[in-house]
Amino acid sequence: MSEIISVRRRRLVLGLGAGAGSLLLGGCDRLSSLPQTQSVLLSAQWLTRGAQRALVGRDSLAPEYTRADIAPVFRANGTLDPDNPQYQALAANGFKDWRLKVDGLLESPKEFSLDDIRSMPAQTQITRHDCVEGWSCIGQWTGPRLRDVLARVVPKPQARYVMFFCADPMDHHGDYYYESIDMRTAAHPQTLLAYALNGERLPIKYGAPLRLRLGRQLGYKMAKYVMHIRLVSSYRPFGQGRGGYWEDQGYSWYAGI
Amino acid sequence: MEPATATLPSTDRSAAGRVFILRHSLAVRILHWVNFITLTLMLMSGLQIFNAHPALYWGATSHFSRPLLSMEAMEDNQGHVWGVTTVGSLSFVTTGVFGWSKGSNGNYTDRGFPTWATLPGPRWLAMGRAWHFFFAWVLVINGALYVTLGILSGHIRRDLWLTRVDWRRLRHTFVEHVRLRFPKGDEARRYNGIQKLSYLFILFVVAPLVVLTGLTMSPTMDAGWPWLLWIFDGRQSARTIHFICAMTLLGFFLVHIAMVILSGLWNNLRSMVTGRYVIETATAAGRQEHE
Repeated sequence: MSEIISVRRRRLVLGLGAGAGSLLLGGCDRLSSLPQTQSVLLSAQWLTRGAQRALVGRDSLAPEYTRADIAPVFRANGTLDPDNPQYQALAANGFKDWRLKVDGLLESPKEFSLDDIRSMPAQTQITRHDCVEGWSCIGQWTGPRLRDVLARVVPKPQARYVMFFCADPMDHHGDYYYESIDMRTAAHPQTLLAYALNGERLPIKYGAPLRLRLGRQLGYKMAKYVMHIRLVSSYRPFGQGRGGYWEDQGYSWYAGI
Repeated sequence: MEPATATLPSTDRSAAGRVFILRHSLAVRILHWVNFITLTLMLMSGLQIFNAHPALYWGATSHFSRPLLSMEAMEDNQGHVWGVTTVGSLSFVTTGVFGWSKGSNGNYTDRGFPTWATLPGPRWLAMGRAWHFFFAWVLVINGALYVTLGILSGHIRRDLWLTRVDWRRLRHTFVEHVRLRFPKGDEARRYNGIQKLSYLFILFVVAPLVVLTGLTMSPTMDAGWPWLLWIFDGRQSARTIHFICAMTLLGFFLVHIAMVILSGLWNNLRSMVTGRYVIETATAAGRQEHE
């Protein structure tokens, strides 16, 4: 008698276990589509950022490589040629009429021509580019440090983020690429506004005439085709409020991993 | 954690020949099932992330023309598409599984691992990363708790560390395993040498490796701890080792489940849920009286 009950119980438990297992795995796909799940899972990025801030010094440098390590063909990703008539007109003229607008929470808003940027003290560094997809490429980047550019416009103390607005349209709703970084990242000595790759003027597919380079984050943070920089206290009012084009598609704002 | 071989009070004793022992402490049981769920989610979300660029390399960067391993879709002259997996210089047709398989909408699509192996099923890198980097914390905290409690309670030293007898009998134990003959009676009270070795290998070799190679893929960690890149010979090598560790864990997982089934599914399962494990021994009743 007890044997029969025991066998029934075993079958029930195994059945429940198998059912729960398949429900869990099937359910994970449905869970993935819920905004609540996404926001809970993505909240781990703040724990990760906190842990990495505790372990990694504010100004510790990403490894630099030698000329021999430079990739023969640096992989271009994302927008390769912005579908934007105004951008195309600027490019056709060698970006002579291009201006970088810098405004927001700062003392003296300015516009920089490409020559203004090129005449600033520049830094050249051979660093590794890590794409969120998983691949890496090494290239040599040249340009002024972002912190030197910001020093010329004098940020206000309320400024917490640097927003980058770009020339590449991403869809037919009029959304352009944009990104944001915090002041800590903006002040990092390897954060550049790069105008050259491997000693040559930045080709269009890599973000001409000017792109952001970060030493310690993934590629999607490094906005290409930068047109406008704005210092803000919050990135919420822009796009869908998550701080960048890819962040609005569900990628984490913190891209240190 | 109580000793794994503690005997339950006499009321739990069944008829002669069947003795219930407390196989797993409550802490071990909870940590085991948290680990089971977390590891499953980590493996599947990891494969989703892998699918964003289904190729592995050695060194600092990706030498796109010569991967160590790749899974891709290739079209032949007749316009027929094949899934092709390449390991080193060897290529295999893996249509339906690797490289070219049915997507969640029923149509064939180019993807590394098939939908049933990834989390989420459809191609969705952002959510794969979200699952992976959330449960990475759960996995690490759970693992750290296990090791800390395991050392403090003596569980690791007492139940997992190999004794001289274990080492001496290792060959014998191996042969017995191959013949699918499992320990009975008193021998079943503790883990055997092969079991201990596999648990220790996972705990102290694979688990630290998978965490450290995971950290090496973080560009911020590479700035803070550049020795990670030195140890693993670059970020892309770390990614490859991370993948190999994941496959080792998957292999362990499969063998573990096979062993659980072969050596007594119900008894094993019950012992990991309630802690109670039956030892079948002719002399059990007599022995019990002395304890």
